[in-house]
Amino acid sequence: MNNVDQPREHYLNADYGIKSWLLTTDHKRIGILYLLLITFFFFIGGAFATVIRLELITPAGDLLTSDTYNKMFTMHGIMMVFFFLIPSVPAVLGNFLVPLMVGAKDLAFPKINLLSWYLLLIGGLITLYSIIAGGVDTGWTFYTPFSTTFSNTHVIGAAVGILIAGFSSIFTGLNFIVTIHRMRAPGLTWFRLPLFLWSNYAAAIIMVLGTPVVAVTLVLVALERVLHIGIFNPALGGDPVLFQHMFWFYSHPAVYIMVLPAMGVVSELISVFSRKSVFGYKFVAFASVAIAVFGFLVWGHHMFVAGISVYSALVFSLLSYLVAVPSAVKVFNWTATLYKGSISYRTPMLYAFGFIGLFTMGGLTGLFTAALGIDVHITDTYFVVAHFHYIMVGGTVMAYLGGMHYWWPKITGRMYPEGWARLSALVIFLGFNLTFFPQFVLGYVGMPRRYHAYPPEFQVLNVMSSAGASILAVGYVLPMVYFLWSLRYGKHAGPNPWGATGLEWQTTSPPPTHNFHETPTVTREPYDYEALPEGGFDA
Amino acid sequence: MTHNESSVLQVPNLQSHFGDMAQQKESASFGMWLFLVTEIMFFGGVFCAYLVARLQHFTGFAAGSNHLDVVVGAINTAVLLTSSFTMVMAVHSAQVGRRRSIIFFLILTLLFGSAFLGIKGYEWHDHWEKHEVPGPAFHFDEPNIAASNAQLFFSFYFAMTGLHALHMVIGAGLLIWMIIKAYGGGITADYHSPVENVGLYWHFVDIVWIFLFPLLYLISRKH
Amino acid sequence: MWDNLPLFPAQASTLASRTDALLFFLLAVTSFFTVLIFLMILFFAIKYRRSRHPKAVPIEGNNALELIWSFIPLMIALVIFVWGASVYFSYASVPKDSLQIYGVAKQWMWKFQHADGQREINQLHVPVGRNVAVTLISQDVIHSFFVPAFRVKMDVLPNRYRTTWFNATRTGTYHLFCAEYCGTSHSGMIGEVVVMEPGDYERWLTQNGEGSLASSGEKLFRHYGCISCHRADTGQRGPDLAGLYGKQVFLSDGRSLIADENYIRESIVDPKAKIVAGFQAIMPTFQGQVTEDEMTELVAYIKSLKRMPLNVNPDADIPSPEMRRRNPEVQPAPGEPIKVPNR
Repeated sequence: MNNVDQPREHYLNADYGIKSWLLTTDHKRIGILYLLLITFFFFIGGAFATVIRLELITPAGDLLTSDTYNKMFTMHGIMMVFFFLIPSVPAVLGNFLVPLMVGAKDLAFPKINLLSWYLLLIGGLITLYSIIAGGVDTGWTFYTPFSTTFSNTHVIGAAVGILIAGFSSIFTGLNFIVTIHRMRAPGLTWFRLPLFLWSNYAAAIIMVLGTPVVAVTLVLVALERVLHIGIFNPALGGDPVLFQHMFWFYSHPAVYIMVLPAMGVVSELISVFSRKSVFGYKFVAFASVAIAVFGFLVWGHHMFVAGISVYSALVFSLLSYLVAVPSAVKVFNWTATLYKGSISYRTPMLYAFGFIGLFTMGGLTGLFTAALGIDVHITDTYFVVAHFHYIMVGGTVMAYLGGMHYWWPKITGRMYPEGWARLSALVIFLGFNLTFFPQFVLGYVGMPRRYHAYPPEFQVLNVMSSAGASILAVGYVLPMVYFLWSLRYGKHAGPNPWGATGLEWQTTSPPPTHNFHETPTVTREPYDYEALPEGGFDA
Repeated sequence: MTHNESSVLQVPNLQSHFGDMAQQKESASFGMWLFLVTEIMFFGGVFCAYLVARLQHFTGFAAGSNHLDVVVGAINTAVLLTSSFTMVMAVHSAQVGRRRSIIFFLILTLLFGSAFLGIKGYEWHDHWEKHEVPGPAFHFDEPNIAASNAQLFFSFYFAMTGLHALHMVIGAGLLIWMIIKAYGGGITADYHSPVENVGLYWHFVDIVWIFLFPLLYLISRKH
Repeated sequence: MWDNLPLFPAQASTLASRTDALLFFLLAVTSFFTVLIFLMILFFAIKYRRSRHPKAVPIEGNNALELIWSFIPLMIALVIFVWGASVYFSYASVPKDSLQIYGVAKQWMWKFQHADGQREINQLHVPVGRNVAVTLISQDVIHSFFVPAFRVKMDVLPNRYRTTWFNATRTGTYHLFCAEYCGTSHSGMIGEVVVMEPGDYERWLTQNGEGSLASSGEKLFRHYGCISCHRADTGQRGPDLAGLYGKQVFLSDGRSLIADENYIRESIVDPKAKIVAGFQAIMPTFQGQVTEDEMTELVAYIKSLKRMPLNVNPDADIPSPEMRRRNPEVQPAPGEPIKVPNR
């Protein structure tokens, strides 16, 4: 891999100056703008997590006041869910790769793409203002009537910030759908698309259909706070459970926005580092769409003890089991892809393995929460906290990191240092499990969520969790350091350092502003590794 | 030089990332339809909340609804439907490239839309005078009716018609933009998809009203 | 388990053992599949590593395999669903013979009222081996009644009574947590459930009795002037409340319903929401005057009513000036004999 085809002019040096970045319509630059923005938000959300785990080392609430602690977990949730996880894979990797993978020069609506970034920035700044001006303490779920009538914090600021960020998400989804439908290169039929595109397409459908509902819900909450109308307030004839229905109608599909693109990354990594096509390509593609569709039908499983009828609870529980099947199918297909493959242990593959393991565990604990009889006991406890962190952190964040490592050479033209990267992956994996596995036990023995202080017998498990968090934090800081290091000192990468299929590898690293010197024509099936020479890197 | 640069010289209004005008037109249209789907979900959310609340407090909502002026609402419906007709005429004019017709019909549409907003403003003012705006000044005195339920009805009424009016104001802004563009000669028979897409948006806002009117005004009318 | 490292909660109710059985099944199934996937990945990753297996064999897929590994997980999922639903039915069906306890949750404490009037704050004494139904309402935001040892949890809503139940199988003291975030002292809203032998429970009851909920409710029924309209003689202007609880009620707009605690409560705070057929909507609202605790007593009283009260004792029943001010018809004519209708 010493034939380094460094392009003279590419999208990074095509233009200089802050205006060329802040007014860019190049999807690749916008992807980098998103990378910077969400990394910033990740740090803020992570800071809150650090404070939470520090407080929970001791049973007494001795580090923070109750009100401050309540703000900590609220703002941790808001920053991580709306400002980090939901944008992460689609807005960073998706924005960068979708046009490249379809063989187009840009997304369908480049100016709207830039607008999306500004909307996330503005929404984030407004939410940050709420945080700095005193914080929000309603939980990221904003349950009424606490959020509409009882909380004395900056609920409206946070709601408006999230609302604006929601429009960012809607426009990104809209852009992806139109691009994938209308801008595929000649010969690129639907079933020749890389699975990363199928997953982002499915996630885009959710973004477009689901986000408006949470938008109008937050508008009603804000109106209720300002004008004291009573839509969700029982004292004025309203219904607090109605809020929960409207909120979860989006927020459940939202978790599939977070995980589907991550699954798309994993499909790419498994195939290139086994040098064969994903087993059961069509099944994996359809499974993504099935998850998106079924994901809209299960929101009530967050409300089994909230006051819905037994009949509703039965329907939601059954549908929740149905949505588990396509996810299981994907895991089996990825595992089967390894069979008779030629497997490399480079860092992206380690992250892919990590995803499969941790997502499997997190997803299987979903079988517990979907079981009505068990959910009565474990809902609103640390069991659920562990369940969703296994999927969102053990799943999405690991896939995101895996994708960042894999596509780093394409984005920057440089390789990351493999030794440090593998070490970080291992540290993250160990730190993660130590942080969150004890929380399953904590949940079943009865520790509720959002508890500032807890009975002393829960301390050992909490200390284990906090110890894990400190290790996990180290694991997250390391990549930021070596990625930055690689920008200056990393080995130069050629157009296809991994010997991968996919149109993004048919252009230079970094790509030119218009992506391809000539519009490519696709004649081969996806992941056609047989036709490629040996992957030009050491396994 | 990429092959697209040469085509830019030949095809005005073609953006550089599209291969040809047909692709651009179809993408723009598809994008607008998708955006309207998001708007359906947006309004759909508050419609569902309204329906749930109405089921729970039927008599209060019916009483509140009877305090809305059906005649004024019907006039407004006619005004908005007419504006959709003039919008269709504007789109047709754009398709055949008649610049003065485009501007004429767009201005008419804007006028009818403004009339709608004016009439709505009159209704709202009327409600304010009658203490029917939710808040400390709210007062609803009817036998057999719980005032809090009537207030809930009016909360929904103002929220829903307010969101609709906001969308109409945005629509008015889009119309002004199109008028300016057409005036400058930017809309031709070969390039008129902006007007078509604004037309789609306008028709959608009209359809939302077609749902709002019966849901809000026509519950359980006894006369 | 060990005191400092609890790995499993105490199992102290009939529901707990059913929940735990399902848990163990789930643990077995999920551990099996987790280990299976882990081992397969490990095995394939080692056996087919690049240095030993440089040429990958492209395999498009296998439809039969796809069907099998879709069908089997689906079947397992359905088994879990049915089992979980069965446990849930048990949780959701309050047995009719249950010992009834009322409670109010408020920021940030639990207040319980036993049928015989015993009041507790943040503590709940119950007998072992008996079905106990707890009817709860919130005074402000949503809370959640959670007793891990019983594996029981129920969100407690404002303005709406909800009932859960349990049958404690072991004496002892168990944590009671609020499990729905409710503000500043959410984690301070901790109490304990004390399960006692029946004899000890009876003794505890007699030591703490105050006068039953129903009798306190009767006093309130008179104090608030309810009796001025809801009575069995010629002064009757309101519907008959005897035997109301559980009875079908016909409303003026054509609907009908079965009267439960929520209907009784709504009739007091929002009487115009549902008017009984054949009656005028003259009942004023008592929202803001009747506290949640008093509401519990009134509900308990009305549930216990077998016959409508007669306005027999003129002195005791003279409506308060407040009542007379609000409803001018309610004036006892001085000296007028009270006619008791023939029944």
